[in-house]
Amino acid sequence: MEQFFLTSTLKRMYDWAQGWAQGNSMWPLPFGTACCAIEFMSIVSSHYDLARHGAEVVRFSPRQADLMIVAGTIVDKLAPTLKRVYEQMAEPKWVISMGVCASTGGFYRAYHVMQGIDEIVPVDVYVPGCPPNPEGLYYAILKLREEVLKRRMKGEEPGVDF
Amino acid sequence: MSISERLLQAHGTDLVEEPSRDGVPTFRVAREKIEDVCRFLRKDETEPMDMLMDLCGVDYRDRQDRFEVVYQLFNTPNHVRIRLKTSCPESDPSVPSVYGVWKGADWFEREVFDMYGVSFSGHPDLRRLLTGEYFKGHPLRKDYEPGKRFPVTEADIYRPPAGKADEGDFETMLVNVGPTHPAMHGTFRVMARLDGEKIVWADTEIGYLHRCFEKMSETHNYQQVIPYTDRLNYCSSFLNNVAYTKTIEEMMGLEIPERTQAVRVILGEFSRIMDHCVCLGTNLVDLGALTNYWYYYQIREEIYTLLEKCCGARLTTAYTRIGGLSKDIPEDFGEMVDYLLKIIPPLIDDVDKIVTKNRIFQMRTMGVGGITPENAIEWGWTGPCLRAAGVPYDVRKAFPYYGYDRYDWEVPVGTTGDTFDRYTVRMEEIRQSLRIIRQAADSLPGGPIMVDDPRVHLPGKDEVYNTMEGLIYHFEKVMFGLTPPEGDWYGFSEGANGELGFYVVSDGTPNPYRVRCRPPCFAIYQAFREMLEGHMVADIVAILGSLNVIAGELDR
Repeated sequence: MEQFFLTSTLKRMYDWAQGWAQGNSMWPLPFGTACCAIEFMSIVSSHYDLARHGAEVVRFSPRQADLMIVAGTIVDKLAPTLKRVYEQMAEPKWVISMGVCASTGGFYRAYHVMQGIDEIVPVDVYVPGCPPNPEGLYYAILKLREEVLKRRMKGEEPGVDF
Repeated sequence: MSISERLLQAHGTDLVEEPSRDGVPTFRVAREKIEDVCRFLRKDETEPMDMLMDLCGVDYRDRQDRFEVVYQLFNTPNHVRIRLKTSCPESDPSVPSVYGVWKGADWFEREVFDMYGVSFSGHPDLRRLLTGEYFKGHPLRKDYEPGKRFPVTEADIYRPPAGKADEGDFETMLVNVGPTHPAMHGTFRVMARLDGEKIVWADTEIGYLHRCFEKMSETHNYQQVIPYTDRLNYCSSFLNNVAYTKTIEEMMGLEIPERTQAVRVILGEFSRIMDHCVCLGTNLVDLGALTNYWYYYQIREEIYTLLEKCCGARLTTAYTRIGGLSKDIPEDFGEMVDYLLKIIPPLIDDVDKIVTKNRIFQMRTMGVGGITPENAIEWGWTGPCLRAAGVPYDVRKAFPYYGYDRYDWEVPVGTTGDTFDRYTVRMEEIRQSLRIIRQAADSLPGGPIMVDDPRVHLPGKDEVYNTMEGLIYHFEKVMFGLTPPEGDWYGFSEGANGELGFYVVSDGTPNPYRVRCRPPCFAIYQAFREMLEGHMVADIVAILGSLNVIAGELDR
């Protein structure tokens, strides 16, 4: 009984520490294609400065990133590449769909535009806007951090399914 | 004797002159003769049509010769334009290629082939351009359902042309760069065959951001197209708004108020500065100089503040309306412009001090990606890239609009057309834009912002509720939209990358029949693969960044 108590406390501490570390140092992979990518560039530049939340290490290699920010329209031609990049990321991994084009196809209800990236990859946070304000993306990243921490506290694997 | 008269004299039996509404001499040519006529115009002694400005298709479903191909030709030294049209029936959709006359026809013809299924006989490499082999049908044909998609697997995205990429040569290797490579801006793909580190052959693949702008325009009315134009060159949305609305205004014969013209000049030049900032900033980041990026982005953030105050959006403005602007400028517009004019020059000077004389930067850019003026014109280049090669063609000087001829400013020109020249030309253009803004802001006239014309202007609420005419105009505008008179029109203005043209065909209904956007960087990027040959593999990123290819505009 005593041993069980000890391990569960240790487990809880470990989970909390891991959640704290993961949530506070997201390494984003910007999958930027269009206008939203320009706003993403605003976020990482000096005025908005994403570094304040530990997410300034922008990684273009999927193997080093744990948060994919899909910024911009994904067309059918690019969809297999997006799927491939997502699959190359190591677990645990999260996806933010930035802007309406990535979320639903936006006002491009057209023959070559994917009607939302959730057709091929699971999405954790959707950010509305065309393009969203930098504050919008900020909110999404903070929200994601909160969720990661909460999941960890409950002892659940944070992952693709929430 | 003008070039049109000489053309009629020499080829009078092969063509007929057509009335044109925009004043450009227009000729309908028999399709067997199109190459001969083009070659005649190209080889003319006094006014050779040295640039193929645009080549596009139009689908006239009810005509016997269903598909029309429209050629916009341009003489660079004297700024003369000629338009040729030829057509082919649905049963035999084929037109001789003019690739042998202008190399710049390459991608334009491939695009028409992709979108309309018109095959160009004699084209050396006629493949689909924006979509791929997985795509069935031709999307810009009028009988194509706008929302019909085709699922894509990884295997059928890109096939290099036969015989080039798969040569069994042990000495060379094929390298794929992009489309998610950071220096490829997320949407371009380059296949390069390397001999050591030297590129011996390269192929470029585009269409990774083909968002069907032209098809979407046909399913919306004229005002609703404006937000779509925002997303063409999204680094300078306002300039696209202006280019599109200017075309429709000219079509309808509207003279917009002076205040609106001045506001369009001021915000347009600020947008040009923003665009150059992104181009130079990312180009320098790609070369490893990160610091300047913060300086350039600070300029952008400050300009965003002004745009946000005017129209509510930072990036995608949609501020213009046909006949004016969506609302009047804010009261402190003048002070904000003054503030911007005060803080931008020091930031530019700082970058200048850090970068321009930097030896590493100079070694990476001088003599890299150079192009001769003849070659640049042959490919259809316009804008800063053409001016860097030494050709002083600027739409704002050659065909002044919105009072650009009243302002005192100069066109910066380069000499060698290499990456360094493109950088210096853009830096100087930022300074010239600031000069224009200073003069325009000082003489900003008062008055209305919308043209007082019932065809485009929605009457005010008290007019609608209290007068008969107001109610009728309101009803007509809301129910039927605005309808330019029937016919076609090629309108153009200076975008951030060069001549941004809109070829609009109206059939008298509220929806445009065809909106063709002539994207400047489309012509620029098609020369990219030829420019790469002989360069090192690291030069790919240096050259690409300096061309300022914006995917939204390239693929539309």
